[in-house]
Amino acid sequence: MQLVYQIVEKYDRRESSLIAMMQDIQKSEGYLPQKALEIIAKEVQVPLSRLYALATFYKAFSLTPRGRHIIHVCTGTACHVRGADKIMDKLKRDLNVEEGGTTEDGRFTLEGVRCVGCCGLGPVIVVGENFHGKLTQKDLGNILDQYK
Amino acid sequence: MNTKRFRTNIMICAGTSCISNKSMEIRVALEAELKKRNLENEVQVVITGCQGFCEKGPIAIVQPDGIFYQLLEVDDIPMLVEEHFLKGRPYRKCMYVPTDSDVPVPKLMEIEFFKHQMLVVLKNRGRMDPENIDEYIAFDGYQALAKAVNDMAPDKIIAEVEKSGLRGRGGGGFPTGIKWRLAKDVESDIKYLICNADEGDPGAYMDRSILESDPHSVLEGMAIGAYAIGAQEGYIYVRDEYPLAVERIKRAIEQAKEYGLLGEGIFGSDFNFDLHVVRGGGAFVCGEETALIASIEGFPGRPRTRPPFPAERGLWGKPTNNNNVETWANIPTIILRGADWYRQIGTEKSKGTKVFSLVGKINNSGLVEVPMGISLREIIFGIGGGIPDGKKFKAVQSGGPSGGCIPESLLDLPVDYEKLTEAGAIMGSGGLIVMDETTCMVNVALYFINFLVDESCGKCVPCRVGLIRMKEILEKITNGNGEENDIAVLEALSDTIRKTALCALGATAANPVLTTLRYFKEEYIAHVRDKKCPAGVCKALISFHISEEKCIGCTACAKTCPVQCISGERKKPHVINQDACTRCGACKEACRFDAITIA
Repeated sequence: MQLVYQIVEKYDRRESSLIAMMQDIQKSEGYLPQKALEIIAKEVQVPLSRLYALATFYKAFSLTPRGRHIIHVCTGTACHVRGADKIMDKLKRDLNVEEGGTTEDGRFTLEGVRCVGCCGLGPVIVVGENFHGKLTQKDLGNILDQYK
Repeated sequence: MNTKRFRTNIMICAGTSCISNKSMEIRVALEAELKKRNLENEVQVVITGCQGFCEKGPIAIVQPDGIFYQLLEVDDIPMLVEEHFLKGRPYRKCMYVPTDSDVPVPKLMEIEFFKHQMLVVLKNRGRMDPENIDEYIAFDGYQALAKAVNDMAPDKIIAEVEKSGLRGRGGGGFPTGIKWRLAKDVESDIKYLICNADEGDPGAYMDRSILESDPHSVLEGMAIGAYAIGAQEGYIYVRDEYPLAVERIKRAIEQAKEYGLLGEGIFGSDFNFDLHVVRGGGAFVCGEETALIASIEGFPGRPRTRPPFPAERGLWGKPTNNNNVETWANIPTIILRGADWYRQIGTEKSKGTKVFSLVGKINNSGLVEVPMGISLREIIFGIGGGIPDGKKFKAVQSGGPSGGCIPESLLDLPVDYEKLTEAGAIMGSGGLIVMDETTCMVNVALYFINFLVDESCGKCVPCRVGLIRMKEILEKITNGNGEENDIAVLEALSDTIRKTALCALGATAANPVLTTLRYFKEEYIAHVRDKKCPAGVCKALISFHISEEKCIGCTACAKTCPVQCISGERKKPHVINQDACTRCGACKEACRFDAITIA
């Protein structure tokens, strides 16, 4: 939890930087541990409920631990008309999870995301920070194999 | 600047799309190959921002020859270097070939996708390294700011922007100059500027591209705005989903500060302006300016009633002016070349150019900048090269979730703010998503309503509850349980939401439903009355069939079927068990003989 103190320091305990602090923690931990939020609330002197409101309002945050690899299926309009839902369905089937769910072995979390701005390549998924575009259902097996 | 010293430059696109297509591996291979051939002092590899033709990535342009290469692979590089740079003849294999021809088009400016474009905002795309301020300066960068600060009074700048006719490129189309004047005329010791880079419309990515390919143009535009309005501090609110854009804009700010183009005493005057980058939390409603302001202040992004407008009471209660990325990026050119020049472009009420992201079922997808007033047909069939796979055009969706679907009968419409609004759509931020005969318009309406249900901030009842009711009705229709009365209820609900929602997100939320009802009512009726989905999309209303004539019994479909519902002997036509089929479409995708049809 040393990291949380460092992050709070980095933003000078500014109340306006709450979202940025939470983003940094989300990025390093993969989710927002309750303990981390409690520290921020105490250090910045805001009620914990304020952080809970932010955590549940913004898409970027998760209150539960997630898988080692986050699969973001782009569900933007361009991807949608090029068959993004088929990609999503196939991933749900193969990973045996629902949207937002994490596989039992903790390897993948499957999430839909609004638009990743690679519309020319639709349908697109982003695994971790790697983009995979112009997908068909049958491409997915090989892609997932790259992530252990 | 480096470009002078080399015989030739090869400009490799490093936009997000091309990077995801491994353009950085191409760069490494090119540099190695050039070195191997002792060409490293003659040919320079330059990394540029997004060059726009994303479909064909990774792409590269050789300058000064103007030769365009596409779909590059590492294996192509030795031959490309040998042919082009040693033997002096462009390498045919990696050239662009139009869909309806087999003759390659070597020159960038002769390719249909590029030759009809008019670059004002994207003028620096593909010709400079976005991470190097010197290159921006070499292309007249920061000259407009120098002119503004040294030779123009704030009122004169605002008058120039007013006269240019520039309107907000983020969606609303409010005249930028008038907005600036409102903020300037409010007396206050502190004023703020905001750049809205929370590009939320799915299918639009021009702001990302501008930030990635020419970040300084946005900074320069904001600095000019700050000087005109009297602001000392600015915020760029950018999507966290755009890591490369965040990185490049931050680097640009650092460089500009180092050069004294941001910070204190800009150009030796007493004008100070500082900029901060704020990463968005991923909420569509934060594109609405009062919601965006709440988010910068560290609260959930919920809109509030206006007035007071942000020009009077905005960020931390101070006068605030907010424009989007593309709007800001227009400013330096308007100041440098003058309003009279800018006004020549466009239509009576919509001046200048607009960047569109031309995506979906289209041959040449990518970012295109065109003068206002060009027809949708020219964009889609001229620049975009029409619909792939010989399919028929059905509609183009403009304006994101607040926009609408425009049918073929209106394709000759000149594109400007008024004409798109008359058609029931909006300009929005410039996403043009092309749909063909295999796109179901009821499904598209449901898609947008689902989006808006998810993104509704929950503050006002019409949007929070009304949209859920619409979603339920649309689901009922696409599931095959629609009743005739449902269409009328949808229309009535749409009207109520439009009249009573608190903010623009809610007020325009019904547009996707209203326009699909207006232009594609027969498709709704087919779902409701005939229980058919003519486009073959809605799972409850379709079935997959294998044609006995076309099936050769290769078993590819049976192997790929996740529920093992396809049976048949090898080399004999297969059959789908309709009761077990989940209509996932995997078999149709796997079939190489086009034997599987949807009915």
